[in-house]
Amino acid sequence: MADPWLTPRSPLDDLSLPVGDKFALADMPPAARFVFRGAEAARAACSTAFGVALPKALGAAGSAGERAALWLGPDEWLLLAEGESAETVAAAIEAGLADVSHALVDVSHRQVALEVTGRDAARVLSAGCPLDLRTKSFPVGMATRTLFDKVDITLWRRGETDFRIEVWRSFSPWLAAALTEAARGAPAA
Amino acid sequence: MLLIPCPYCGMERPEIEFRHGGEAHVVRPPDPSAVTDEAWTDYLYFRSNPKGVYAERWRHVSGCGRFFNVVRDTVSDRILASYRAGEPRPAAPVEARR
Ligand SMILES: [Zn+2]
Repeated sequence: MADPWLTPRSPLDDLSLPVGDKFALADMPPAARFVFRGAEAARAACSTAFGVALPKALGAAGSAGERAALWLGPDEWLLLAEGESAETVAAAIEAGLADVSHALVDVSHRQVALEVTGRDAARVLSAGCPLDLRTKSFPVGMATRTLFDKVDITLWRRGETDFRIEVWRSFSPWLAAALTEAARGAPAA
Repeated sequence: MLLIPCPYCGMERPEIEFRHGGEAHVVRPPDPSAVTDEAWTDYLYFRSNPKGVYAERWRHVSGCGRFFNVVRDTVSDRILASYRAGEPRPAAPVEARR
């Protein structure tokens, strides 16, 4: 029998999340996550070592389920590697940046990911997110740190009605409940 | 709510993503012990606080995380310029107060 103390648990495990075409929330699988910081030489070397080109401006590269790099600031990125071991990914990056000054911080367990889908997804997110989430101002592929109510989130639009939210794990049950509640009040399209 | 243009993100973002950082371009005397008490007090405590065009620092804390500077008219709240930390204050047109 698996040792319950060694089995990774998400704070969302015991919640029943909404499902459907209109609005759905899903708890994403565990991922290796890093905050990477460095100048242009480090960005270029990390792109090669990680296998995803770290974007030079606001946005994201790569795809969830594989590896992805999200621009957080002018010298700061969030690296995601779903289902991979943080130790292995970190060792590969460090090997490619032996002579380049940089910072690589493992934040795998700091945050969890929620997938928000459905035709009401953007409108439900707008209940707490102050950004203009219409596709003309927040296009597919855009990713940024922002807020949902008082909670810092990283919001990544992967499709017109498909978002991924990275949020600090202790905030995630509250965020899931707030989104569920907002969906209940979403006006008809 | 103000929409503040962030020079690092390259777009306007809502005010609640930012923290205000006080007056911009306040230079710390390089050798504090060489200045008079009055000059040191001025540096520590006194700000221009104008009714009108004002250069101030902002931090995009729930965004790119960076400090930058904004020129804002404190009467109309209109933002006249936004530029990266370390860049000189641009010569912004003085807006007529409304
Ligand atoms: Zn910014």
